[in-house]
Amino acid sequence: MNIITNNKWIGQRTIRPDGADKVTGRAAFAADTNMPGMIWGKILRSPHPHARIRSIDTSKAEALPGVKAVVTSRDIVDFPVDKSVMLGIQDMRWMCRNVMARDKALFPGHPVAAVAATTEAIAARACELIEVDYEVLPWSIEIDDALTPDAPVLHEFIKFEGKPSNIAGRLEVKKGDIAEGFKQAEVVIERSFTTRPVHQGYIEPHACLISVAPDNKTTIWSSSQGQFMVRAMTAYLTGIPQSDIRAIPAEIGGGFGGKTIVYLEPLATLLAKKSGRPVKMVMTREEVMRATGPTSGSKSTVKIGAKKDGSIVAAQGTFYLQAGALPGSPIRGAVGCSFSPYDIPNVLSVGFDVLSNRSKVAAYRAPGAPIGAYAVECVMDELAEALKMDPLELRLKNAARQGTKAAFGPVFPRIGYVETLQAARAHPHYSAPLGKLQGRGVASGFWFNAGGESSAQVNITEDGNVVVTTGHPDIGGSRAAIANICAELLGIDYRRVSVLIGDTATIGFSNLTGGSRVLFASAMVVTQSTDKIITTLRERAAKIWEIDPEAVKWENGAAHPASPNAGKFEPLTLAELAAKAPQMGGPIGAGVQLNTEGAEGGFGTHICDVEVDPELGIVRVIRYTAVQDVGRAIHPGYVEGQMQGGVAQGIGWALNEEYIYNRDGKVDNPGFLDYRMPVCSDLPMLDTVMVEVPNPKHPQGVKGVGEVPLVPVMAAVANAIHNALGKRFYSLPMSPPRVLEVIEAKA
Amino acid sequence: MAKLHVSTTINGEPAEFLCEPGDTMLDALRGPLGLTGSKEGCSSGDCGACSITLDDRLVCSCLMLAVEAEGQDIRTIEGMAHGEHLHPLQQKFLELAALQCGICTSGMLVASDALLRKNPKPSEEEVRFWLAGNLCRCTGYDKIVRAVLETASDMREQGTRESWQ
Repeated sequence: MNIITNNKWIGQRTIRPDGADKVTGRAAFAADTNMPGMIWGKILRSPHPHARIRSIDTSKAEALPGVKAVVTSRDIVDFPVDKSVMLGIQDMRWMCRNVMARDKALFPGHPVAAVAATTEAIAARACELIEVDYEVLPWSIEIDDALTPDAPVLHEFIKFEGKPSNIAGRLEVKKGDIAEGFKQAEVVIERSFTTRPVHQGYIEPHACLISVAPDNKTTIWSSSQGQFMVRAMTAYLTGIPQSDIRAIPAEIGGGFGGKTIVYLEPLATLLAKKSGRPVKMVMTREEVMRATGPTSGSKSTVKIGAKKDGSIVAAQGTFYLQAGALPGSPIRGAVGCSFSPYDIPNVLSVGFDVLSNRSKVAAYRAPGAPIGAYAVECVMDELAEALKMDPLELRLKNAARQGTKAAFGPVFPRIGYVETLQAARAHPHYSAPLGKLQGRGVASGFWFNAGGESSAQVNITEDGNVVVTTGHPDIGGSRAAIANICAELLGIDYRRVSVLIGDTATIGFSNLTGGSRVLFASAMVVTQSTDKIITTLRERAAKIWEIDPEAVKWENGAAHPASPNAGKFEPLTLAELAAKAPQMGGPIGAGVQLNTEGAEGGFGTHICDVEVDPELGIVRVIRYTAVQDVGRAIHPGYVEGQMQGGVAQGIGWALNEEYIYNRDGKVDNPGFLDYRMPVCSDLPMLDTVMVEVPNPKHPQGVKGVGEVPLVPVMAAVANAIHNALGKRFYSLPMSPPRVLEVIEAKA
Repeated sequence: MAKLHVSTTINGEPAEFLCEPGDTMLDALRGPLGLTGSKEGCSSGDCGACSITLDDRLVCSCLMLAVEAEGQDIRTIEGMAHGEHLHPLQQKFLELAALQCGICTSGMLVASDALLRKNPKPSEEEVRFWLAGNLCRCTGYDKIVRAVLETASDMREQGTRESWQ
């Protein structure tokens, strides 16, 4: 462990390397780039929730002047349904059917064909000229409808308990003996909950610009959470080898998990290949809402049993999560994370992946964990009430600590969950007076965090400055934190360090920006690369001074003799050593590629105050404090930013956001006016408390921080509303009509 | 149909462009004018990422026809900094980490500047309601509101307003 103390740059609120570009409008996002000869791609989408595609006639579209190419599922590589082909957590069997409907259209908005034409208007007109013969099939949208015995089965080849089923998977984690555990319980609370699907809500719609040369050399410019994911998925789905594809990451205008898979890139690649022209595709907001993301809606039941002294003896959860039309809901997060803040001897947590005729879900910030935590943390609040205990005291009594074995497997190392509870309890917010119709709620949350593959290259320029290249799209300030770390290690001003995101041809493989892994993993490869450079610099100084490299130390950006015994020499600065590089062994640079390990889970505890308007049913969050064990805040501004952003998304999920379906099985609110994300006037200032319990397995103590802050929010809000009204809510969102229903039910 | 010719002023410079009758001002900015700092997040006036000013009035350029620019004075994010000097709001956004992904930032800055031109001493509530038409999904708005309030205070103290008009 090499936790640096007395830091100059780590922990400083430095200016981000990409900042000036972003405040002046220069930064190039996916839709901001054009190419000579470029044409436009558009997608024809299914109007039906479920329909067999009997035939597609593209002849009229192809005959329209200006149309340069049309593609359908025949052009996409087919991955037969009987053999799984995994790429990370995605199965290409489902991806090939998601980017373009094959034999069946599975949700309204499912692509059935794509066109490239000289203008967007011609491409749109050509889509209208494509004749699709649909056999409309019965469909289901909601979990209960999809699970009835006579429900239309989306995929005959998916079987559960031996029969074709809309249950695509089951996941269980278990610890101890659940039946025995509940026998010991003196107080048991069991409740059922529902949540609605919510969209990640990134402001930048999906977009790409792709050129394919006659020899298949392909250049992809797109915004995603992983240029290597884009390269690999596009290769799989088009048949072009990965070595022929160069995926260049544009600046990404928000992702939150929703840009961890491809939608447009394979289609635009095929259109570009067929037409011989670069093809640009940009989704409309309506397409984003109908056909990308969201995260699952859910149905869950949670039962927790405790002794009268508050010690929890057993906990059981059953979580049904919507997958959308193809398998892959985040049951792992719901099942694995929900009970992890607590040291419980007997746990049984089971999740089901449920298909229905909705767009396939995509990852959303701590996928699955907020859904599970919502149910568990609401039950914890009721348990505290039943036990007449303070809700933070109940959590403290049962808190996971170093040595606790989590139900999902690992034994926790030194973790900071207890510290988050103590900090919340001590915070002035927790004892602040409340007014009429106001209430306070608390909740905790856990997310696994992730390590995995990362690459970095650190080069010293001829003038003695530094260029760092990594392979992860920077979604919220990671470049700023990397600059802090590299400057700290080299002992130079952070402004001398440029941090860039490489494309697939210029940096080694790096896994997705996701799982709260980027800074954890990048810091490791950047640290090792920088350490190698420092070794080289010491060796070169030693050679110049004709002493042993061990007798040279690196400090404040220069080589110094390690001790008086080493001899007396004037320090050699980075700039001086860089200038001597040609004579002293050549360029100075180092790259490291690792499969990083040791990403420890993160915990947070939130306090929320609300005020309820009983006339209108409007709930306003009037005060919010998020406390989190952040490991080590390399750049506190962006750590706070992650916490505040997660809280805002959670408040939206709790109070307003939901997909509303009409009778035809279509989303009725596919835009920002009716899909109501929090706006500035909806929120108060969002206080943050960063508890720093360094990750013992990381050179700077870094833990992932991006996802934990969404996990506790919905329960914190629900518990606050209960405190204000004396009424429990068991479904999200707690929007004005539902709040009024509950208030009026009381009268 | 032949394209329409529009003469206008953008960021203080005379500008001309050709457009279709149905093109929005945002189409014209991002297309023929090559000013891609204004972003398209929704094309329905709900997200504010395309915010510009039209004769000092804050508008969503996705809701304005390009031909309406004729003879008007348009300001976009590209005109906010003076040469190599960032506008105090731009500088403060950087110092306070008031942006994460940056896609809303152009619109936020244009809208915030429009607010401070109208109201050099806004309250927190005034800032929040003025910016309610600019969606940000990353920050929770906290640091954005603080940046606007602090900039307003700095500009009042330093009397920098005039030099930026």
